[in-house]
Amino acid sequence: MKLTINDQARELDVEPDMPLLWALRDELDVKSPKYGCGIAQCGACTVLLNGEPVRSCSYPVSAAVGQQVVTLEGLEKKGKLHAVQQAWIDHEVPQCGYCQGGQILAAVALLKKKPKPTDEDIDAAMTNICRCGTYARIRSAIHAVAAKGVKA
Amino acid sequence: MSDQQINSSTEVAIDDAGVARRDFLKIGASVTAGSGAFSMAFFVPEQANAADPKGTAPANNDPQKVNAWIEIRPDETVIIRYARSEMGQGSRTSAPMLIAEELEVDWKKVKVEYALAHDNLKQKRVYGDMASVGSRTIRLSQEYLRKAGATAREMLIVAGSQAMSVPSSECIAKLGMVVHPASKKSISYGKVALKAAELTPPANVSLKDPKDWTIVGKPIKRVDIPDIVTGRTRYGADTQLPGMLHAAVAQSPVFNGKVKSMDGSKVQNRRGIVKVLNMGNFVAVVADNFWRAKEALKEVNIEWEVAPEHTKLSNASLHAFFKEGLTQSELAVARNDGDTVKALAGGKVLEAEYFTPYLAHATMEPMVCTAWLQGDSLEIWPSTQNAEGSLAAASTASGVKQENVKVYPTQLGGGLGRKSPQDFTVQAVRIAKEMAGKPVKLLWTREEDMQHDFYRPASLVKLSATQKADGNIDALHIRVSAPSIIASLLKLPLPKGVDPQAVAAFEDHPYAIANSLVDYAQRNSNIPVGFWRTVGHSQNPFVRESFIDELAHAAGKDPLAYRLANLPEKNFRDIAILKAVTKAANYDAPLPKGVFRGIAETEGYGSWTACVCELSVNERQEVKIHRIVIGIDPGYAVNPDNIQAQLQGSVVHGLSAIFWGEMIIKEGRIEQSNFHEYRMMRLNEMPKVETVIAPTGGFWGGVGEPAQAPLAGAVANALFNATGKRVRSLPFKNHGFSLARART
Repeated sequence: MKLTINDQARELDVEPDMPLLWALRDELDVKSPKYGCGIAQCGACTVLLNGEPVRSCSYPVSAAVGQQVVTLEGLEKKGKLHAVQQAWIDHEVPQCGYCQGGQILAAVALLKKKPKPTDEDIDAAMTNICRCGTYARIRSAIHAVAAKGVKA
Repeated sequence: MSDQQINSSTEVAIDDAGVARRDFLKIGASVTAGSGAFSMAFFVPEQANAADPKGTAPANNDPQKVNAWIEIRPDETVIIRYARSEMGQGSRTSAPMLIAEELEVDWKKVKVEYALAHDNLKQKRVYGDMASVGSRTIRLSQEYLRKAGATAREMLIVAGSQAMSVPSSECIAKLGMVVHPASKKSISYGKVALKAAELTPPANVSLKDPKDWTIVGKPIKRVDIPDIVTGRTRYGADTQLPGMLHAAVAQSPVFNGKVKSMDGSKVQNRRGIVKVLNMGNFVAVVADNFWRAKEALKEVNIEWEVAPEHTKLSNASLHAFFKEGLTQSELAVARNDGDTVKALAGGKVLEAEYFTPYLAHATMEPMVCTAWLQGDSLEIWPSTQNAEGSLAAASTASGVKQENVKVYPTQLGGGLGRKSPQDFTVQAVRIAKEMAGKPVKLLWTREEDMQHDFYRPASLVKLSATQKADGNIDALHIRVSAPSIIASLLKLPLPKGVDPQAVAAFEDHPYAIANSLVDYAQRNSNIPVGFWRTVGHSQNPFVRESFIDELAHAAGKDPLAYRLANLPEKNFRDIAILKAVTKAANYDAPLPKGVFRGIAETEGYGSWTACVCELSVNERQEVKIHRIVIGIDPGYAVNPDNIQAQLQGSVVHGLSAIFWGEMIIKEGRIEQSNFHEYRMMRLNEMPKVETVIAPTGGFWGGVGEPAQAPLAGAVANALFNATGKRVRSLPFKNHGFSLARART
């Protein structure tokens, strides 16, 4: 089957029900989506499908055919960081960082839809678990991107 | 007990563990070789445990190395080695900051690289202890790290002065330059590093006065964050090697069971399945993709052989077992001031029992290790908090000599104390041995991780106290009935029969109480226990500080005034942090109607911490936390922004445990399997957290763990003030309380 991952065409031959996460990680060596629970609870495996955050551990790879798959690796364009990535650096958001790919992608999707999200919007959109407890900084980094008015 | 004595008793506990650990190491090999199943995490040091600040052990024939810690390149890039693990605690930045400070270099020119465990072995342990446990990195290595920087600085000054033909005594070092102020000559480190490396290191170096620091104490950006946000960081789980295979494992649901029979015929011809292995105490499926391995494993028929008595364990049976401990007559004594028994016999006794449950770590990245055995050489990529422990465990499990084992560092997707025992490393190596010649990555599923942890021990504590006429405490007896991590995980003898973690924050309580007795009933069961972030301080300060509030309430005193009245002047750090945090929280100002405060304080990991919680509770018992003010005095605040992050994170970690955390044990096994049954705080639940960093200088405390210590006491005390209900066991959900979203 053919997938489009970070604007690149990738071909792979796997079972249609293999979760997208394991197709990305073990077949295509795209490692930023992480395994955390396997049951769509924690969100460490989040990727964007046509701009929507999806928990790739519970999403069959065959259903991603024909959609634009974006992972953390695909946010940087021509050596320039995405505004959300830059805000994550400026606010020193990550601790261990394992969940942050998923958090960043969820924030990118939120800001695309709502360039000036309220705290309630952030509450509703940012549902991924972080065991290090970086939530306060995730919130301030999102507000900072919104305040700058950068197109997300 | 003077403050000095409190300090030294804290240090003794650390030293005892350290010394005892070294003793264990000598016998470790035979113990682990015999059992085969579980190899402990610790490396056998042939040399003294302290790192060599001069770094004079043989270098890797690398002429640019000024010493083992520091390499300065001709383009003025400064490579500083970091010898422990990074799991989000920020030490990979703060430890090199200490070296850079003394070295007198421009932080912008610094690149941090990992020191390797196998190099440490070859170089007579030049990097010292490599474990990231016990909030140790700064407090136990600051001196040799700073000396390593200062030693290199002095050598660079000598080499630079020789190059400039001026007396070295007239030269200074500044921002990577050797400067001779009198002649205004200067030369850069990069030009003289080769010469400096050939010099004999000075025997003594002086360290900078803290007031002259230009890097330490400044909010330095963490060096690992840019790679994290771009996806370049490779965690243990991300190891990728040519021809690599993937392994999923199943272990006996009842702990310490063995494989009785196994039938993998249903899956062994499936796509991608390479091998189904009966490993004696676990079953492994090896495949070309992890998903294929874990899915096939579900259909391998496994029968486990378990000890019948182990299947009888439940939360109720364990509680009864702990309860029995409280009534034992011969207990190990951890502290005994005055005559507590007599004093309690002569007054009105206030009594209470507190309980804290078993907890799983649930690091975001489950246990993972890649191993590659080729002939008589072994390479491993573990997500480990103790690279030397991984090396030793891998050597024992494979039979490959330690000098032929290489351990490559990876970023950890969280550690929280779970990744210092090496059970998963041993499994990976044993599987790699079966698949010799091919690299194999072992990854645990979340289910395996949650059900095969080394859990934070449960603990049942009985407290009895009498008060003087003025309400101040006359006698306090604290009796702890709990498992011992030291005895059951590390298999070490306990000093005087007391596990220091089980009685932490009790045996060294800071209050002026003439009659203080702390005793301990060791209660080990088949539920494995281990070091969970903040360890004994994750539970005991909740008990102690709640009970202090009970005494304040009985005396009709304000909880802050009561603590200050019972804290002797010599414990000025407890007093200072209480005052700093309550001041930041405007303790004396009235709160809005329906909002109530609670406070708590404690020492932990050589730092002093305090917390104020403000909350309200509605008629549905929903607890809304309006704000948490949490503060720390770590002596010196090496990287303040990182300390703030650790305090914020500690609140999240702690509140998850306070509201929801407990393991459900049924028929000897853990019932929960994943995050839907083991609840974690999410972003919409995180309250407003204000941090107070109040370093008073003169000592070096830890930062990663201590901030969680005062949290539960402050929250429980606020809950009592709001509801009149004294919650004496965790989690809160068992008392009908839920956590309201932060914005409701």
